[in-house]
Amino acid sequence: MTGLLEGKRLLITGVITDASIGFHVARLAQEQGAKVVLTGYGRLSLVERIARRLPEEAPLIELDVTNDEHLRTLPERVGAHVDGLDGVLHSIGFAPPSCLGNPFLDAPWEDVSTALHVSAYSFKSLATACLPLMKEGGSLVGMDFDARVAWPSYNWMGVAKATLEATTRYLARELGPQGIRVNLVAAGPVRTMAAKSIPGFADLESAWGERAPLGWDVTTAAEPVARACCALLSDWFPATTGSMVWVDGGVHALGM
Amino acid sequence: MSNEDILKELKAIVEEVAGVDPEEVTEEKSFVDDLDVDSLSMVEIAVQAEDKFGVKIPDDQLANLKTVGDAVTYIATNK
Repeated sequence: MTGLLEGKRLLITGVITDASIGFHVARLAQEQGAKVVLTGYGRLSLVERIARRLPEEAPLIELDVTNDEHLRTLPERVGAHVDGLDGVLHSIGFAPPSCLGNPFLDAPWEDVSTALHVSAYSFKSLATACLPLMKEGGSLVGMDFDARVAWPSYNWMGVAKATLEATTRYLARELGPQGIRVNLVAAGPVRTMAAKSIPGFADLESAWGERAPLGWDVTTAAEPVARACCALLSDWFPATTGSMVWVDGGVHALGM
Repeated sequence: MSNEDILKELKAIVEEVAGVDPEEVTEEKSFVDDLDVDSLSMVEIAVQAEDKFGVKIPDDQLANLKTVGDAVTYIATNK
């Protein structure tokens, strides 16, 4: 049997440790036959070590999604490793401390704008940077945490995710004619480096396990989330764009 | 590998990752409080230690390694 992603060329962002959702997507994608290029931010020496833990060591390029020079040179730098892209995973988010866990009403605009820039606008920036490599169409997938409702502590990061959801719909509208699909995976809590920095994450973790009809284990949740990402990156969702796919054990479907 | 050898290797890793003077890296020191190692540096130190010593340091264990001595003991008993 050939892999789900046989021959696909994928750009995967957001790998920082081997617990990162991006790492699991990269691992599964390689197992399913994809050629993976990683981007790293900040601690490239760490990401480089983690890249060696994949089934096949993946090339790594530096990308700060708020850096215009990085974005402008991205096609050339990715093109050094693959002759085009069939898919891109956006697994990037950041909010300054004032925006997460601290009083919602006190966060200053400068901090909120940073959260929106890095966590939502960057999906557009990454999409446009990759367009020259996606002449034959493809699939863009972003990581979401259901932002239709307000959560404890998540605060302005939730607003950033709501912006990401809206950005996804507009990207789907803009890029559909070029055969590019744009979707989100709305995951339940996954215990990653990023999650550990969210105050109140432990409460969310335990509540999720109790509520999810399918059950939910934060320590193993990266696998089902990564599978959904790989499915959306594959040819098996050819008519799906502007959508959110929930991988949350079913929590989103319940009232109480 | 003796505890002294582990400490010596660990000093080199902490210096490379966090730029801490190896002289400062002694068993009683706390990574966070004494050596100013931030959480991401801590992860990188753990990953380098895993590669170097062939140990596995799960995240929940990493949180328990407060001092340099804790890390040396963990590596010595788990490699």
